[in-house]
Amino acid sequence: MGNLWWEFVHHTRVFWRVPVAAFFTVAFPLMFLVLFNLLNGDATVDSLGGLGFAQFFTPAIAVFSIVTACYTNLVITTSMDRDEGILKRVLGTPLPPGTYIGGRVLAASGIGLTSVLIMLIVGVVAFDVEVLWSRLPLALLVLVVGAAAWSALALAVAGLTSNGQAAPAIANATILPLAFISGVFFPVESGPEWLATLAAFFPLRPFVAAFSEQWNPLVDPGFPGVDLLVLLAWGVVGAWIAMRRFTWEPAKLVRS
Amino acid sequence: MDGKRGELMAVVEVRNLRKRYGEIVAVDGIDFSVEAGEVFALLGPNGAGKTTTVEILEGYRNPDGGSATVLGQDPRTAGPSWRERIGIVLQQSGIEKELTVREALTRLARLYRDPADVETTIGRVGLNEKTDARIKTLSGGQRRRVDMAAAIIGRPEVIFLDEPTTGFDPAARREAWRLVTELTADGATVILTTHYLDEAQHLADRVAVIAGGRIVAEGDPSTLGGRQTRVATIRFRTAGQLPESLSHQAITRKDGWTEIASTRPVETLYALTGWALDNGVPLDGLEMARPSLEDVYLELAGEDG
Repeated sequence: MGNLWWEFVHHTRVFWRVPVAAFFTVAFPLMFLVLFNLLNGDATVDSLGGLGFAQFFTPAIAVFSIVTACYTNLVITTSMDRDEGILKRVLGTPLPPGTYIGGRVLAASGIGLTSVLIMLIVGVVAFDVEVLWSRLPLALLVLVVGAAAWSALALAVAGLTSNGQAAPAIANATILPLAFISGVFFPVESGPEWLATLAAFFPLRPFVAAFSEQWNPLVDPGFPGVDLLVLLAWGVVGAWIAMRRFTWEPAKLVRS
Repeated sequence: MDGKRGELMAVVEVRNLRKRYGEIVAVDGIDFSVEAGEVFALLGPNGAGKTTTVEILEGYRNPDGGSATVLGQDPRTAGPSWRERIGIVLQQSGIEKELTVREALTRLARLYRDPADVETTIGRVGLNEKTDARIKTLSGGQRRRVDMAAAIIGRPEVIFLDEPTTGFDPAARREAWRLVTELTADGATVILTTHYLDEAQHLADRVAVIAGGRIVAEGDPSTLGGRQTRVATIRFRTAGQLPESLSHQAITRKDGWTEIASTRPVETLYALTGWALDNGVPLDGLEMARPSLEDVYLELAGEDG
């Protein structure tokens, strides 16, 4: 347990020391939050029964920062660290590999949760987002399940990615199209129904939906069981692939 | 090939070790053993199989044949308690450059049950003044010293150094040698790979020359390749015609130099200079050379490489 805590501290520290990573993971979504909320002012979302724009957009972009931290960031940094021999070096110490990975995932989750919190506070203070206090525990549960599932998917993708230079492209190419069809930037209800149905099979839409409905005062969502199950299923698939394909050493054909 | 005490004292035992990557045979039946407190160097050109051998000993690769034990255990299956007892310097540093020297070593020290003191260790590698500097601001030589500190922070009994000075300028190499020499004064067993002959000579108690996945020579660095060093070459320029007794061993090269290879150079020189004095013939640029260890190494490496 002690090692896991210190590995969490270690990875959190390294993360905040890299300005680019911190910018893309935390500052970038925050910029979207502020810009989109400013541009849309007092608009309401007709397809969501007249919900205020900030009330729709703030939780959606906030929850996306879990994905940025636990997926995009984790895919990129893990692949790059592998290229630099950092993962290999760890295997040479008494630290159990699982504890190392656990520390990394916890650090990414902590960064994501911090980012969510910052964005929600900005939303409440600057854009009059209403907090539905009784639904917060459920919202937190969704975040935790999402962080775990996306981290597992990140480790799977890092395992399938052979070099760190390709990692940013792979991470972004897999997540950005999903973001556009999953209700992060636009309500899925505004688009064609088949697209919403398609998106529901991927892990992002259920995550965004399960979290966002905890912030929608116009509906009474109940427990998002199906959404969480889909998310968990993706997480299990990710973990299964990661356990088989994750590698600790830089890819090289022949070593002398 | 092993010392008589090897049975009792060996810290590293390698028997008929084999490893191939697809069609390429990296390690082709290697045997050696290293005793407690010894500094053992695997010397060879790039692609000789040095790193593969060391990485099998570190537990990173599985051999295809033969056996390897370190501290009596098979590195493939040895667990954290075995890793407590070994220290590793890889070719790539593998330490996060965003951290300060102190942060990186403090974190590593926590991974061991009985680590060395962080401040003391930083002092031992001569980085006191860089304790709170980010590693990315250090020079290549200084970063390598961080790697060395990381390798000894857990007080290892066995230290593996894989090409610790490759890419260094001569000053940084001497510095690194001094460090390795100092670290080995603790009595740790050291296995080092290098393609620099002078490095092996300077640091190692025993050297194995490895080429094409095989050990082609092994021994004390000062007597390594002893057979080859017995032949001396005498070179000179002369306008005279050598007597029969000398000319049958002499080769006159296109550039005008005459060379005589001799296993008994004192007698050959006596005969040569006697003939020159008797006949009033000058021997311009007369010199005698024994092959350097460098020549021996290149010859050994070339035979099999």
